[in-house]
Amino acid sequence: MAEIEAILATDCGSTTTKAILIEKVQGEYRLVVRGEAPTTVEAPFEDVTVGVRNAVREVEELAGRRILSEDGIRTPRAADGSGVDAYFSTSSAGGGLQMMVAGVVKSMTTESAQRAALGAGAIVMDAISIDDGRKPHEKIQRIRALRPDMILLSGGVDGGTITHVVEMAELLKAAEPRPRLGHTFKLPVIYAGNRDAREHVRRTLGDVVDLRIVDNLRPVLEEERLGPAREEIHNLFMEHVMAQAPGYSKLMAWTAAPIMPTPGAVGLLIETVARERGIHVIGVDIGGATTDVFSVFDGTFNRTVSANLGMSYSMANVLLEAGVANIMRWLPFRIDEAALRNRIRNKMIRPTSIPQTLEDLMIEQAVAREALRLAFEHHKTLAVGLKGVRQQRDLGDVFDYQMSGQTLIDLMKLNLLIGSGGVLSHAPRRVQAALMMIDAFQPEGVTELAVDSIFMMPQLGVLSTVNPEAAAQVFEKDCLIRLGTVVAPAGEPPRGGGPALEASLRLPDGSVRQETLEYGEIRLVPLPVGAAAEAELRPGRGLHLGAGPGATVRTRLEGGVVGIILDARGRRPFGLPTAEAERIRALQRWFTALDLYPERALARLGA
Amino acid sequence: MASAYTPGLKVTGSTRIRKTRRLPIPGEVLVRAGDTVRPDTVVARALLPGNPQTLNLANLLGAQPSDIVDYMLKKQGEAVAAGEPIARSRGFFGLGAREVRSPISGTIELVSTVTGQLTLREPPIPVEIQAYIHGRVVEILEREGVTVETSGALIQGIFGVGGERFGTLRVVVERPTDELDETRIRPEHKGCVVVGGSLVTRGALRKAGEVGVAGIVVGGIVDVDLVEYVGHDIGVAITGQEDVPATLIVTEGFGPMAMAERTFQLLRRLEGREASINGATQIRAGVMRPEVVVSTASAAAAAVSAATAADAGAPGAADPEDEATVLDIGTRVRVIREPFFGRLGVVTALPPELTPIETEARVRVVTVQLRDSGETITIPRANVEILAGE
Repeated sequence: MAEIEAILATDCGSTTTKAILIEKVQGEYRLVVRGEAPTTVEAPFEDVTVGVRNAVREVEELAGRRILSEDGIRTPRAADGSGVDAYFSTSSAGGGLQMMVAGVVKSMTTESAQRAALGAGAIVMDAISIDDGRKPHEKIQRIRALRPDMILLSGGVDGGTITHVVEMAELLKAAEPRPRLGHTFKLPVIYAGNRDAREHVRRTLGDVVDLRIVDNLRPVLEEERLGPAREEIHNLFMEHVMAQAPGYSKLMAWTAAPIMPTPGAVGLLIETVARERGIHVIGVDIGGATTDVFSVFDGTFNRTVSANLGMSYSMANVLLEAGVANIMRWLPFRIDEAALRNRIRNKMIRPTSIPQTLEDLMIEQAVAREALRLAFEHHKTLAVGLKGVRQQRDLGDVFDYQMSGQTLIDLMKLNLLIGSGGVLSHAPRRVQAALMMIDAFQPEGVTELAVDSIFMMPQLGVLSTVNPEAAAQVFEKDCLIRLGTVVAPAGEPPRGGGPALEASLRLPDGSVRQETLEYGEIRLVPLPVGAAAEAELRPGRGLHLGAGPGATVRTRLEGGVVGIILDARGRRPFGLPTAEAERIRALQRWFTALDLYPERALARLGA
Repeated sequence: MASAYTPGLKVTGSTRIRKTRRLPIPGEVLVRAGDTVRPDTVVARALLPGNPQTLNLANLLGAQPSDIVDYMLKKQGEAVAAGEPIARSRGFFGLGAREVRSPISGTIELVSTVTGQLTLREPPIPVEIQAYIHGRVVEILEREGVTVETSGALIQGIFGVGGERFGTLRVVVERPTDELDETRIRPEHKGCVVVGGSLVTRGALRKAGEVGVAGIVVGGIVDVDLVEYVGHDIGVAITGQEDVPATLIVTEGFGPMAMAERTFQLLRRLEGREASINGATQIRAGVMRPEVVVSTASAAAAAVSAATAADAGAPGAADPEDEATVLDIGTRVRVIREPFFGRLGVVTALPPELTPIETEARVRVVTVQLRDSGETITIPRANVEILAGE
């Protein structure tokens, strides 16, 4: 694949199919053009390739060359410049990949199975365990009611007791689960449990489901080995789910590599970035229906999907889960609760409408903060160390053995936070995206912020499996929009008053800027993309930036389209006042300091 | 993208309507192609496997899982009656012997010597599928169901709760702007589908339940009233399974919203006809909107349908609604977002360039002359929906 110079990649989303054309320009891979068209999996077309062709046609027009052939994509590139060298695709159309997982102990094998399924890009409809508190008949009812694309069954360590995992197999048999698509097919079930139980599982389930057996995902208590299960999930996704979806058998024949579930591809990309740069990363993709969170801390990758947290179809569910008060707390003006509820519901039923007034934009961005916060809370509960074992942490803690099950997410260690999805990528001012992410994730210490310009992470993820160089170059140059860096001390307000943060920033022109912030203040220091400031950061008494209370940190702060945000509003606790009038005053002050919205309009709303 | 606006909902006096009625699992189709069916005609039937029940037999017998087969009085696959002994342990010289009786009537499906569990299966559960609308069977899906076709009126709402119901249409307000309050619902509306104007009140919802109304079709509902009516908050817009006294179809949105004139007038012309309604809504891939179907196949509706077809244009002509999927100068639209939410108007310009709006976003816009005030406004194209044929 070393000769590849022109690459076409598409992502078939549930509403839009996006195509990008990547080419080697002066020795470097760059995004050339992009096109999009409505996805055509549903009636009246019921053929995904119609949408793909439409999106590629837009690319053809913009690039001024032919890429489509009568029956697919022209590969390889011809002497006259038509065609491309390779074509790849990802897909989340038709509801994506929906799975059910089952294990023996909820906090151990079931949780591992859940991580395997989520990491492969699935939505986990339910996780069933021997000890999940439901009675056997309730579990059976639940399995019968769900129509997953496949089931992942795990349980037991190799050589351990087989009784419980065979009991789960018997429950599955009794439930006679049926697949979501294709009435006549047997439901695929992947068994990734105790290898000693394989024969029993085969005898129990072999006739009623399409059984696949892979290595145990928890061979010993201390180890989680998700690779084989994830790989089998991807195989089955292609064989069953994709093969059943309208037009996909055609699309599969066009592509140079297997079609991947969209979130699986995004996860792969984020994992690659974290590994290659040796950093801790969180990525979030907030869509209309779902919000995906990805994290890599100390090399451990985790992904969660909050299936019903989103900005259009699922907006009313954000209201339901967060509560109206939590949404209203981000609004710098008073609003009648009933009116707010009606507005959110009206967006749910007319999901393609967009905010026209500033007030409406602020409401959407308030909902986004809560959707992101809830999705991140969810992520923290699943991105944890293996439970039930004493675990060795990193090298620095070699003698510090801790009980496991603690979240792997450490906001003080976080280096890079990447946001994606319409509400972040298309925010009218980039600083709005930055503050939404800061308010929702509350990064601590020093953290770089970025947004995905046009959501091409899925295409780059699948590309990274065959041409990591091209994927990395386009990701750095064309995909990421660097917003800048946030500096946020954590801890209680300084005892006895005094500044919360003193920053000395040596700017690229040699000048030094001194900034002193009181607790509860936020400030913006513009610094363009590509520029960096050498910083000396001193947190106030009782506060810290990762080096201990009050300890000065010397570091390099990367600029961006927003710049450097010095955030002394506090972390753990975050200093958002609870009393309405005081809260509105604080929000007005913060928003003004960052020039978040047009100043006069903001003041008018808050009056 | 080609269509950056919300496509209008179907509101038509005369169209061809096809409904596929499918069993959840393969079964038996009870009608033939060409048969005439009523909404309550059972068109297909299947037997769902009965619910399984598990017993921890090893525990109950105080035996090892591997030994339980020796204690079974019945074999795998055999039928048992509730209370019938299915297994008995022997104990020492007959002392401490334990007997396990079947908690249900059914069959013994599985005896596991690994787990010591016994699975019993209850008798199959019959499921039936009704035709839902008046019409003719035009297609048989072997062992799966049928397709029923009719021509008649189809009115789609924007949001609904509750499943399929049938009843006589009764318009109980004078104007589309009138509120549907409890005084409008009377005992004679039992089993009927009542049509209101701008807003159904909490009192009216309660009264509808008391009277036994089959369905309510209305312009708007206040969010908190919906929560109270359904008994829980609806987070995700996938509905149709709610256990509500009357199926509710909202045609415009949340809050007080006058029903579109065209919708109201059409429902008025259909007054007294039998309607099939369904509140099921799914606003995602595979969009499903709640609907009111009045078939010409129900004899009484024929005359009305003919009249409404004449209104809509020449008989047999394509439904104007089908054509009106592209915004153009002169297209009638409704604004679906603040600050002009719910206002009606006519498109006067479609500037091709991206235009900044109050939020500072640059979007494709449309210029609309509002019907009530005559004022001309410029708003995002995404924020209008087409109201053809008003």
